[in-house]
Amino acid sequence: MRRWLLWLPLVAFVALAAVAVHGLYRPNDLTVRSRLVGKPLPDFALPPLIEGRPGVSQADFATGAPRLLNIFASWCVPCIAEAPHLLRLKAAGVPIDAVAIRDTAPAVRDFLARHGDPYARIGDDPRSAVQFALGSSGVPETFVIDGQGRIAMQHVGPINEADVPRILQALEDAR
Amino acid sequence: MIAEAGLAALWLAAAMALMQLVLAALGLRMGRGVLPDAPGSDRADGAGETAAQLIAGVRPVAIVQGVLAALSFVLLIWVFVVSDMSVQLVAANSHSAKPMVYKIAGAWGNHEGSMLLWVTVLALAGGAIAVLEKRLNVATLVATLGAQAAIALGFYAFLLFSSNPFTRLDPPAAEGQGLNPLLQDPGLAFHPPTLYFGYVGLSVAFSFAVGALVTRDVGPAFARAMRPWVLAAWVFLTIGITAGSYWAYYELGWGGWWFWDPVENASLMPWLAATALLHSVTVLATRDGLRAWTIMLAVVAFSMSMIGTFLVRSGILTSVHAFAVDPTRGSFILALLILYIGGALLLFGLRIGLVKQGSTFELVSREGGLVLNNLLLSVILGIVLIGTLYPIVAQAMGTQLSVGPPFFNKTTAPIALALFAAMAAGPLVRWRRDNAQALLGRLTVPIAVAALAMAAVFVFAPDAGVLPILGLGLSFGIAVASVAPLWKRDLRRTPLFTFGMVTAHLGIAVSMAGMASESAFTVERLVAVRPGQITQVGPFSVRFDGLRPAVGANWSAIEARLTVTRGDGAPLVLRPQSRFFSAPSTVTSEAAIATLFDGQLYTVLGASDEGGRWQLRLWWKPWVTLIWFGGGLIALGGALSLVGRVRRERRQPAAREAWQTAAA
Amino acid sequence: MRMLALALLFAAAPAFAQSNVPQAELAWKQLPDPAREAEARALMEELRCLVCQGQSIADSDAEMAGDMRALVRERIAAGEDAGTVRAWLIERYGDYVSYDPPISSASAPLWIAPLVLLLVGAVIAARSFRRRRG
Repeated sequence: MRRWLLWLPLVAFVALAAVAVHGLYRPNDLTVRSRLVGKPLPDFALPPLIEGRPGVSQADFATGAPRLLNIFASWCVPCIAEAPHLLRLKAAGVPIDAVAIRDTAPAVRDFLARHGDPYARIGDDPRSAVQFALGSSGVPETFVIDGQGRIAMQHVGPINEADVPRILQALEDAR
Repeated sequence: MIAEAGLAALWLAAAMALMQLVLAALGLRMGRGVLPDAPGSDRADGAGETAAQLIAGVRPVAIVQGVLAALSFVLLIWVFVVSDMSVQLVAANSHSAKPMVYKIAGAWGNHEGSMLLWVTVLALAGGAIAVLEKRLNVATLVATLGAQAAIALGFYAFLLFSSNPFTRLDPPAAEGQGLNPLLQDPGLAFHPPTLYFGYVGLSVAFSFAVGALVTRDVGPAFARAMRPWVLAAWVFLTIGITAGSYWAYYELGWGGWWFWDPVENASLMPWLAATALLHSVTVLATRDGLRAWTIMLAVVAFSMSMIGTFLVRSGILTSVHAFAVDPTRGSFILALLILYIGGALLLFGLRIGLVKQGSTFELVSREGGLVLNNLLLSVILGIVLIGTLYPIVAQAMGTQLSVGPPFFNKTTAPIALALFAAMAAGPLVRWRRDNAQALLGRLTVPIAVAALAMAAVFVFAPDAGVLPILGLGLSFGIAVASVAPLWKRDLRRTPLFTFGMVTAHLGIAVSMAGMASESAFTVERLVAVRPGQITQVGPFSVRFDGLRPAVGANWSAIEARLTVTRGDGAPLVLRPQSRFFSAPSTVTSEAAIATLFDGQLYTVLGASDEGGRWQLRLWWKPWVTLIWFGGGLIALGGALSLVGRVRRERRQPAAREAWQTAAA
Repeated sequence: MRMLALALLFAAAPAFAQSNVPQAELAWKQLPDPAREAEARALMEELRCLVCQGQSIADSDAEMAGDMRALVRERIAAGEDAGTVRAWLIERYGDYVSYDPPISSASAPLWIAPLVLLLVGAVIAARSFRRRRG
């Protein structure tokens, strides 16, 4: 047996230990991001969910001004946490459209009455079809769509205090 | 007072481990070149005498260490039994109203207690080696006990400095928090210790390997000393994996029995390494071959058990079997892992070149077959290890990817089939040198059986798929081949360990038949039904009779009543449940399974739809039970071998009473 | 250890937030054509549930997994082949969504590893035989 062969196990073990150390001290980022960021919004058209509020379609976006597309649900607990920050964004003049995942009209009306209503349009997505089309992997998620109808940014999870300026900046950049 | 006594015993045990390590190291150092290696070599000059005295202390110290650790563990059980709520661990994990068996099991059903159990078994194993091992060269034995002490010291430090199980609570809690009925499951109480016994057994094999590296004395005596520990570890690991697989099968509610999940892989890897070690140690014990390779495998097997523990505890990989993880504990295990395994591999690189070459053999020989076995097992082990860790590597390279069942099935199944074929032939090959043609002659019947079985499966179930057809056919051939070593033999004079090997190999064939049958013939029916409706699944007709509420300790449930009939047989009643837990709010499906001689009918109750219909998931899994029955046979075979080996060693008079010589 | 893990999962992990909307029918209903169903089933077993801890959509109770099962069955029933559906999802979620890592520069070492291991093992074994004979 050649000498170097005897050190092969140690070399393999060092590589293994390096992987373990890396895994432990640089934990994996487990958020799954959409691959469509930077690409045009896929074609979709969702009917309205509640009376007096239009549904959402791809055509509503390439209008020259950036908009937010918020994926939410009345049954989603973190959505309650992000509600006040969406209201702040609305107060700052940001137009926000929504896709409601697996939801019902009474539940959404109740949710909006309780936690505020930042939405210009609400599309009904009972089978998560648009969610899949966007490459979104949960609720809540928020997409920044630029004036040409391209996805400029994806925010995974609830929007908190610190995220508001980042999102405003992204909207500014997408102008 | 009892908790303090337990802590004191733990400290003393740690001190004994330190003493054991120091005595062994000093003794071996001073005795270098003068230590009596064999009876009759009494070159006792001054240094030799001191060395002999130091070394003579190692064995009693190891025994005392085992007794103290056991005492500490018994005292921990005691505070759980009397529900001493002034002990933090008891208050957090037990409750005075718990049934006694779960109070006792509660002692190791938590991190601190399980680490104490680990180190107790380790210390008892060290004590057992000190008492029982009479044939091994003294220096190797002392080095082994030194290595054992070094491993134990790491875990004592972990316990004493960061996971003290005896910490007091001031003021004491009024009542414990551990009355979660979900955690009161006999499987839950006894599954972890089973795996620990396996891991500790491998740590003993590791200590033997380090001992042998230190003294460069790698030979049959060393292999025979190590073998019972490897066998015992392997039996426990086999039981652990088999039970765990069945548990996941009925608990997860989708009929799967193996998911290639990181936690499952973590339990499989030490088993693969132990299986390889078990076979290479036989070559070393019988023919004095594969010296370096056996040492290497002993190190690998223990490192796999530590890596498994690390993966499970650190939570660096996402698993369906999510665990209460703690990165600090992960760091500690990782540090120990690097210290022990890195150290052992360094020693391997430095020393193994100095170990004399073992006996030689021909390609076509029993040894050659065992080399093939080791090669294929190691490749499977490597694939599982790389596949399990690869998501972390990919992340470091900036991509997210998932490695799951399709990858593992595609890569390991062909190698496993080759391995099983080799397993069928192996026991029919002679040691040292054999004639390829004669071997083929001995294999005629198994090969014919396998071919016939494959043809039969292909004729009756052409859609079964390539791997299942190969697997089913091979399993018949292997079943025949595995009992062939008993052919024309006087069974009363056949050694017990031969029966053990035959049983274990037969178990592999049985388990493989179950796996192939499950993947080829499972019938799935997903339906939504109203009460009174009948559904056909495989040979069964299942009538949904209706629903009724059911209530448990902390859950309420909707329970379906299903009447199952097969042909003209008597009807069976199955009651799958959909359970609602209130705190925290969770819904789980409790499968109802009918076990028949030729398979299982697996039923799950789903949700209701708008029209008042209820979803049912029904699976007919022909022969699926063979998977775990085979696992049981494998463990039984291992146990028979263990008893057979130990009895044979006992019967043979000790070749060397080396210990007495050294101590004298 | 695994059992403890599972029990803890049921005891402590937050339940999937449940909506009140009934599941899509194809989330739990098989396609009438057994060949199509088998194709869909094979794909579902390979797709990762995005809101679960390491489960495929074929064996997850999560509603999102159910919706994805419905999507797979619908598209395959409509005549798409499994490969197209898989590609559509990978285009959106990346390779992460598939348990069968597509061959790429990042996954190449993983797929080559078994062959390399076999080769290295065979070389070590063969060399030891030759040397032993001599």
